Amino acid sequence: MTAMKEIAVVAFSQSDCLARAGAANEVELIMPQLRAVFGQVGLNNAQDVDFVCSGSCDYLQGAAFAFVAGVDALGAVPPIKESHVEMDAAWALYESILKIRMDQAESALIYGFAKASAGELPTVLSQQLDPYYLAPLWVDSVSLAAMQARLLIEKGLATEQAMAGVVARARKHAMVNPHAQVSGEVSIETLLAADTVVSPLRESDCAPVADGAAAMIICTVDKAREWGVPYAVISGIDHRIETHNLGMRDLTDSPSTRQAAAGAGVGRGAVEVAELCAPFSHQEIILTRALGLGDDTVINPSGGVMAGNLMMASGLARIGEVFRRIVSGDISRGVAHATSGPCLQHNLVAVLESA
Amino acid sequence: MAQPDVLSQAFELGFTYTRSTGPVVGRFLTGLRDRRIFGIRASDGRVIVPPMEYDPATAEALDEFVEVGQQGEIVSWCWVKQPRASHPMDTAFAWAMIRLDGADVPMIHCVTAAAEEDLATGARVQVVWAAETRGYITDIRCFELIGE
Repeated sequence: MTAMKEIAVVAFSQSDCLARAGAANEVELIMPQLRAVFGQVGLNNAQDVDFVCSGSCDYLQGAAFAFVAGVDALGAVPPIKESHVEMDAAWALYESILKIRMDQAESALIYGFAKASAGELPTVLSQQLDPYYLAPLWVDSVSLAAMQARLLIEKGLATEQAMAGVVARARKHAMVNPHAQVSGEVSIETLLAADTVVSPLRESDCAPVADGAAAMIICTVDKAREWGVPYAVISGIDHRIETHNLGMRDLTDSPSTRQAAAGAGVGRGAVEVAELCAPFSHQEIILTRALGLGDDTVINPSGGVMAGNLMMASGLARIGEVFRRIVSGDISRGVAHATSGPCLQHNLVAVLESA
Repeated sequence: MAQPDVLSQAFELGFTYTRSTGPVVGRFLTGLRDRRIFGIRASDGRVIVPPMEYDPATAEALDEFVEVGQQGEIVSWCWVKQPRASHPMDTAFAWAMIRLDGADVPMIHCVTAAAEEDLATGARVQVVWAAETRGYITDIRCFELIGE
């Protein structure tokens, strides 16, 4: 058996996080990002990569196999090797890595997209829950997160001040992120002065919902050298899931993140930057603890999803943000995280390093 | 310029087929129809309500049903000031994780209360049954506070 192939990220692009993309359809959201990543590597189109994998959510469009329409952005003639995950595109990246490590491809294009504004997102997500015990109640994603936040607060593991602190820092960091939806200087006092919407959560504790898309190209290190483009190496990636029964989970912790972090080798070196996919402010506190991050790590320098939450592409965008900082020479090692399901049920952790 | 006709059709998002709920979920839902609540014993002895078919830790198939009480304690909760159109109540209410008497694992349902101040973690609640029970989770219309 040969050693596991090293995977290189060679291109990434994401759209602006838009509250409403207007009349633009999914294909029109995807295409500019595909053009951007092809341009970064000098490729013409999807024929120039060996594999394509996308991440999206049919529930957002309200129709089975709605994701197939996204393939129109690729041009699938002559036939291409293509796959899809009903998940954030960070998991499409994971599938693509497996494809390369199984010697079935040397390069892959990954993209994620959503037009979340087409429906009421927290309500739509309620229909992905247990179909007998929870979906008929229409218990929404914000309410579930609010119960998680209360558990955390009452256990003394977070405060409303600390949660507002997460939001204030995210918005400040986002001031240099051209794709951000929400950014600016705001004080903790101002945030706390607002009333709760689903107590104990305030509107500011919940990530804004955005339409948009993101794309990435990965390949073997040999291929990256052949293409002659700067790259970052994915030195580790792992993902773990917890039970769908929320009552059986310790919602104040994220054991699946901790397991994924161990699998990805987060502790094998310094973490200069961590981009965490925490759609609610208290979840960043849970994740920071589960990943064992200290004061020497800059958390969410992009502003994270609090600054703009590209549904189904936010996890991939976290990996892209770390990639960008490595190839620009700002850092040499960083961690990216993606999440799926209610209250951080399923978590993916990737470690990226300079070549 | 004449406006084009806009084609529109009502669309209901849902499962358009009949499902069998099986021996575990079905037993629970049938119990609700009879105004009784059944949990199931996990591999470690804990009673899970509503029951699960498999133990999430060991993957063992579970089959030891345990009837639990219709009162319980709030483990966590949130207060919904403005219910969404899909929510089961049209005035402010709480979602809660409720550990029923005799159960070890909390279940999620809604709680009716006059005001947010009436709620607290640890508060006791009891089932309010729907006028007609048909074997759905919504046979439990909601929970209400007791001991006031």
